[in-house]
Amino acid sequence: MKIVVCIKQVPDAKDVRLDPKTNTLAREGVASIMNPYDRHALEAGVCLKEQYGGTVTVLTMGPPQAEEVLRDAVACGADEAILVSDRAFAGADTWATTYTLAKAIEKLDGYDLVLCGKQAIDGDTAQVGPGLAQRLNIPYITYARKINECTREVIRLERMTDDGYDEVEMDLPALLTVVKEINEPRIPSLKGKMKAKKLQITTYTAADLKADPNCLGLKGSPTQVARVFSPEMRGDRSMITGTVAEQVEQLFEKLEDCLS
Amino acid sequence: MDYFLTEEQQMIVDVARQITDELIIPQRAELDEKEEFPHEILGAIAQADLFGLYVPEKYGGYGGGCFEIVLALEQFGRGCVGVATSYAASALGIYPVLLSGSEEMKDKYLPEIVSGTKRAAFALTEANAGSDASGIQTTAVLDGDEWVLNGTKQWITNGGEAQIYTVVAITDKSKGARGASMFVVEDTDPGFSYGPKEKKLGIRASATRELVFKDCRIPKDRLVGRKGMGFIMVMKTLDLSRPGIAALGVGLGQAALDEAVVYAKQRVQFGRPIISFQAVQHMLADMAIEVEASRALVYNAAKHIAAHPESMSKASSMCKVFATDMAMKVATDAVQVLAGYGYMREYPVEKMMRDAKILQIYEGTNQIQRNVIGQELNKEYTRNS
Ligand SMILES: Cc1cc2nc3c(=O)[nH]c(=O)nc-3n(C[C@H](O)[C@H](O)[C@H](O)COP(=O)(O)OP(=O)(O)OC[C@H]3O[C@@H](n4cnc5c(N)ncnc54)[C@H](O)[C@@H]3O)c2cc1C
Repeated sequence: MKIVVCIKQVPDAKDVRLDPKTNTLAREGVASIMNPYDRHALEAGVCLKEQYGGTVTVLTMGPPQAEEVLRDAVACGADEAILVSDRAFAGADTWATTYTLAKAIEKLDGYDLVLCGKQAIDGDTAQVGPGLAQRLNIPYITYARKINECTREVIRLERMTDDGYDEVEMDLPALLTVVKEINEPRIPSLKGKMKAKKLQITTYTAADLKADPNCLGLKGSPTQVARVFSPEMRGDRSMITGTVAEQVEQLFEKLEDCLS
Repeated sequence: MDYFLTEEQQMIVDVARQITDELIIPQRAELDEKEEFPHEILGAIAQADLFGLYVPEKYGGYGGGCFEIVLALEQFGRGCVGVATSYAASALGIYPVLLSGSEEMKDKYLPEIVSGTKRAAFALTEANAGSDASGIQTTAVLDGDEWVLNGTKQWITNGGEAQIYTVVAITDKSKGARGASMFVVEDTDPGFSYGPKEKKLGIRASATRELVFKDCRIPKDRLVGRKGMGFIMVMKTLDLSRPGIAALGVGLGQAALDEAVVYAKQRVQFGRPIISFQAVQHMLADMAIEVEASRALVYNAAKHIAAHPESMSKASSMCKVFATDMAMKVATDAVQVLAGYGYMREYPVEKMMRDAKILQIYEGTNQIQRNVIGQELNKEYTRNS
């Protein structure tokens, strides 16, 4: 089985700042990590490989230093790594990103399953997984929380919902986005780290992808950020304490006050 | 201090550190409290390839030796000596096979150790044979194509949790020091059972049990190396593994120092952080000196042992004594710095103090190590004069 995992390098949520002038993320000096949901997608891919055989290829679109997350992924069990990198890709929104990723995946030597995290913690759109499936013209399921069975023809899994889960089945090739409940990502192994260090990383440029320049990067991105701001804190907050019975009573009093 | 590790040695440290920080430290208090064996953590250690550190590449291992396992054990010891002991005891248990086993034996057992599908244990001690191994009473008698074992081993780490046991038994009482042999017993062998799990002061995540052999029959080819070489294998095995115990001391000492310094900076008495009192500062300074001196000695002893397998004893005993006496002292001092809070289970230093004690006892007490060093000195100076 050929598994592709799309991963993104994101600023470590612990020290993210916004540039007040440009309203974009100030990435300078901020540590970068693999998007945490993508780590779960990678683990899901590696587990499938271990169970059913096959290969895991990780793919990231980003600047040259995004190579770090690819090496990290190989240390955690991926076999091959592809960096999709070109100045022309800069400033891409999810529309241009899915176009570019789809071009890169189509350039691969076939695939059975594409895995993505449910969303990236910097943009938080959750659009890239579904958008990419649309571009590739394959079916997709979001919020996968457990894979029950997977053959080269079909995958059976649980999709997390607000109040439980659905059991779903989908023909392959297909795309999944995963939630963190799906697994516990592994710690990189010694052999993985040694392999990652030596690994030749393949780079795909815009020319390699034979991409339409008008669909790439800022140019290919219909999204425009009009304004970025921190929402004002609204309302008063107070802590209710005491026994459960006391807390419930207090809560009712407060609600009554609000309603009257 | 910088020990100028190679890139690969640093990778070993990094992998072991991540396991320690993300898995061992968050779980250690609960494992200790519940006296629970760390199955999940050992699984993660196996997945990270660290069970193969000391196993040659041809059996799927990394191909390192004493120094590589010392690097990993220092990290694990920083997290929890109970968990680390469970890992270390598996190495101890398989060393006789690694050192003296036949090619078939190595082919059979080493890959299972590397993959983590099986764990090993080392069984020497008996009720009447502690420091004095010559007192063992377990016997092995050849009966046709099988050895028949009878006797009871005591305080065996990984007892009941391991699948591969290296067991020392008397094969010819009249031969004295050449009267014992080493055997591999598997958990499923007939006539082999376990006593109850011991309740201990420290390293409570590790399992310590009695092994009971009642007409336990094993195939003839489970004899490790040659008959009569049991005690010699015991010496070599322990010489090779003791720097690992020393490394646990370094890791534990470092952890205790870290806790003490962090606490001393934030605890305010008489209007000042207690680290500003010279009495506290000097205690921390001594702890830091002793941890670093131990690390330097242990690293170098491990490298010496890897390079000079013919003269392991003195280096092995010296680093074990120094680093484990240090660990006991530094852990006790850390409790003193945290004082009442340190005495409470809410903080990790009381567990470190409980755990440190075993390091001075197992794999040969520190008194016995001093005997060894003294005897080696005597030999050296006789030779040189
Ligand atoms: C938690 C735990 C785990 C263990 N795991 C294992 C294991 O996996 N496998 C295994 O085989 N064993 C194991 N042991 C046994 C351990 O190695 C022995 O406890 C140790 O060798 C000391 O033996 P003893 O306790 O019988 O002490 P003793 O030999 O009775 O010693 C008592 C005291 O006398 C001193 N003493 C004895 N002889 C001399 C001497 N000649 N000179 C100076 N002082 C001397 C000792 O230093 C000690 O202070 C374990 C023990 C414990 C507590």
